[in-house]
Amino acid sequence: MTGEATGRPLPSDPGFVSSDVAAEFPGLRLDWMTVAAPPGRLRSSPPAVVERLGYLANRYRGASVVAMRTKPIPHAYRAFYRQIGLDPDVERIPAERVAVERLLHGGFASVDLITDACLVALLETGVPIWALDAGAVDEKGLGIRTTTRGDAGWQPGSEYLEPGALAVVDGSTVHGLLFADPGSAGAVRPRTTRVALFSVAVAGVPAIHVDESLWICADLIRRGDSGE
Amino acid sequence: MGNGPSQLLYLPPQEHDGRRATLVDGAADERAARRNLREQIVRLERQLADAFVTAFPMGGLPQRSTAVCAEPRLLDLGELEIVRDELSQRLHEARTMISRCADEQQEKRLLLERMLLEPGRYRFARISCEDLGEPGCGAWQVRPRLGLVGMLMGWWQVKLSSGCPLAGGRRPFSGPARS
Repeated sequence: MTGEATGRPLPSDPGFVSSDVAAEFPGLRLDWMTVAAPPGRLRSSPPAVVERLGYLANRYRGASVVAMRTKPIPHAYRAFYRQIGLDPDVERIPAERVAVERLLHGGFASVDLITDACLVALLETGVPIWALDAGAVDEKGLGIRTTTRGDAGWQPGSEYLEPGALAVVDGSTVHGLLFADPGSAGAVRPRTTRVALFSVAVAGVPAIHVDESLWICADLIRRGDSGE
Repeated sequence: MGNGPSQLLYLPPQEHDGRRATLVDGAADERAARRNLREQIVRLERQLADAFVTAFPMGGLPQRSTAVCAEPRLLDLGELEIVRDELSQRLHEARTMISRCADEQQEKRLLLERMLLEPGRYRFARISCEDLGEPGCGAWQVRPRLGLVGMLMGWWQVKLSSGCPLAGGRRPFSGPARS
């Protein structure tokens, strides 16, 4: 990727959406990109990222969290959750989930560079980002389709999946259900050398927010990796 | 007679084309119906979000799960109708609750105005700020001036208490700090 050398935003790839899903949800999209991971271990975040998390935590107040569902991007995700059978008041959308955690715990705890980068991107834009080991993604790339009979569970040793569930997949593997954390089969590990970042956007979420979210996340990982 | 594709193979060509056109039309109609239901769900979700924000200072809306499945799926027409109907029902309940609370607050405001005009007719009447839909834990109360003297002389006034400094009360004593 040329962007990594120049420091410019990295280009993202549009993932595939199976025809049956695209016909029902024309606005549903998955974008993804790969970025070099810190070698050797999942390193902790540099002080600048931890400081940024603290700064972002200060943005949240009770009133703004209550009113969050009336904002365009959270509203788009909440409406989509309803359309796919989930209740966003029980299974919270990512932006609301972290906001509620912030109110309950008083801040955002730093975990590691990649987790923190995904969190910062979500807090800045409202668009969630998930990370996978790029080595676990096959050449077809990431996309969205419904599970079929015979799809194996994404956890090692897990049973077969119920057909008909919306899932994030590549050409051969189901990496996880839509909007759920990816399973351990493709999880980022200490030996991971490249990370695949992907976002899922729905109708009503502007493409520029999706791109920005991916760029923020990739940029933080790149800067953290180079020790900036 | 079934409508599956296997039966269509045995129909004469003209009838086969007609049946397939009907099937295609049926599938297109159903897809259009699902799209229509999804648009309704988006609108209802928007209105429910507005109702949620409006009702929050009044104590909030009752929480009730409306999930039709445990994992994300493409819902069929019937399931989308269930989601739409439950959202519609919740919105109706939310608006009823908001309307009832607004009416109660309006009554309290009218009572407060009467108390301010004629405090002597509403001796010791008390209206909390919460009843008026206002923040804080203060209360409007009709009290006599100068205590007992005011009661005997009929000197009544409306006072707004400043509320308590710690609305939730003092934090319970948790014992001495562990070393």
